[in-house]
Amino acid sequence: MAASLTARQGATITLEAAHHERRRPGVWRRFVRHRLALAGLIFVAAMGLAALLAPWLSPYNAYKMQLLDARLPPSLHHPLGTDTLGRDILTRVFAGGRVSIAVALSAVAISSTLGTFLGVVSGYVGGAVDAALMRITDMFMSFPLFVLLIVLVPVLGPSATNVVLILGLFSWMGVARLVRGQVLSVMTEPYIEAAIASGANSRRIVLRHVLPNSMVPVIVASTLNVANAMLAEAALSFLGLGIQPPTPSWGNMLNAAQQLQVLVQQPWVWLGPGGAIALTVLSINFMGDGLRDALDPRYHR
Amino acid sequence: MKRYLIQRCVQAVVILFGISVLVFVAISLMPGDAVDAMFPPDSMVTPQAKAQMRRQLGLDAPAPIRYIHWLGRAVRLNFGYSLSSQKPISQIIWERMPTTLMLVGFALVLSVVLGLITGAIAALKQYSWLDYLLTLFSFTWLSIPEFFLGLLMIYVFAVRLNWFPAFGSSTAGAHNAVLDRLHHLVLPGLTLGLGLTAALTRYVRSSLLDVLHSDYMRTARAKGLRERIVVVRHGLRNALIPFITVVAFRLPYLLGGAVIIETVFQWPGLGLLALTAASNRDYPLVMALALAVTVVVVISSLLADIAYALADPRIRYA
Repeated sequence: MAASLTARQGATITLEAAHHERRRPGVWRRFVRHRLALAGLIFVAAMGLAALLAPWLSPYNAYKMQLLDARLPPSLHHPLGTDTLGRDILTRVFAGGRVSIAVALSAVAISSTLGTFLGVVSGYVGGAVDAALMRITDMFMSFPLFVLLIVLVPVLGPSATNVVLILGLFSWMGVARLVRGQVLSVMTEPYIEAAIASGANSRRIVLRHVLPNSMVPVIVASTLNVANAMLAEAALSFLGLGIQPPTPSWGNMLNAAQQLQVLVQQPWVWLGPGGAIALTVLSINFMGDGLRDALDPRYHR
Repeated sequence: MKRYLIQRCVQAVVILFGISVLVFVAISLMPGDAVDAMFPPDSMVTPQAKAQMRRQLGLDAPAPIRYIHWLGRAVRLNFGYSLSSQKPISQIIWERMPTTLMLVGFALVLSVVLGLITGAIAALKQYSWLDYLLTLFSFTWLSIPEFFLGLLMIYVFAVRLNWFPAFGSSTAGAHNAVLDRLHHLVLPGLTLGLGLTAALTRYVRSSLLDVLHSDYMRTARAKGLRERIVVVRHGLRNALIPFITVVAFRLPYLLGGAVIIETVFQWPGLGLLALTAASNRDYPLVMALALAVTVVVVISSLLADIAYALADPRIRYA
């Protein structure tokens, strides 16, 4: 009786210790030490805010054609000039940011959720299920995503929803692999054994112990995946396979530069959205790097 | 080793099947088929005539049977005829393949060489201003979308500075054909290669850093070898074993990037072909191209795995 009581107490103590392993206070401090990562975070937050408040930020309409004002160079009235249809570029950059960011976030939400689910199942259940899932992951990883997009998008029709779905459904593999690796290593930790010993059922073990401790690489990978998704959506829209005009998206605004006249004589039309993509993706990459170092200080480069 | 090889080959075949099925299913879901595409929407051809044509061409069979027919022909490299140009598809692909190969090959070689050099420099001079600069550069190339980079290149180097031509792969009636082609190759090749260079630089840098601090490096130095030999023969060689795998892993992105670059620079290769085929709903051509790309990717990753197994004895006897 006394022995089993002590075992139970020991298990409880180990479980509590596991929960306090989150190292929250140190994470932020380590993050801000990376000045670039901090700069990235600030830029992304600013861009996100601008995108969210886009309709209210500027006096101009992103959709209405004002042919009298077409092709104006940057000035006090129009900080980034106007495009071939007379629309203010800066307004369109913010509005386009809305679309591009929303698409990227949605796609990553889908792929990270799917990847985490499959990774946890694969790592926790193991055995034949794990082997089968890993084979499927390998198969999906060999699909050259871009070629697939070029094939599927004309089939399904170019629209934001389709782009989000396809991007989300074909980007889960990296996250799944990461999660599986993390789950496998978490499973060897003592608190899992303690949880099993104290009679927790599988669902409880997974939700309360395995999952929270496996999230670190997922957070980093998801951040970087947002950057990739943004680039992919921009490329698709540029090629005409993504968001269709008049809805602005950073990619399809760059499509205007395919005309030689715009490319040479009105560079502000495409430098604005292009710079926006580059800076946003750069900031997200910096953030992801900083997150990786901040969340797991044992991993040194 | 043999078992590993056979396993990988079987995997490769399975993947090829999977992709062909996926593409075939995607295309079967499309409204209209080859027969419909032959006539304009308001033509006078009766449905009965169309049905008979379908019977003749074997298009009325259920999907799995059609797939098997297609597969049988595809294995013999007979992909049928392109809907938009009526030319045999294998011929079209064969004609345009060298152009794309030139572009991708140039980008690949450039990025491998540049990546190795810059990665090694960054690792050897870690934390110096050079390292930070190179790291910043890598981040930049990785973040700029390729089409934007291409547009910038065209704007700066072709339009403003007029150093390189902006579009196409050759000029008609040029004096020296080879030099002219190379001249056209520089901008698109550079644009395509810089992204991969950045990724490889980061990889080489971190891999070399890991290796440089390991024990056998200390032993090599203690033996009295010159620093350069230590770095190159022991450090670099060991750091590079997974390098082939990294390159093979990035190959799909390289091919995807080739499509974009070919569009921006009007480079007449397979990428541009794929895009026009997709927008023209030229399904047989799209399928053939998708399959071709996948074959290239699968074979290259297979070769990379084999090379890795050859280079690293630990894999062979795992």
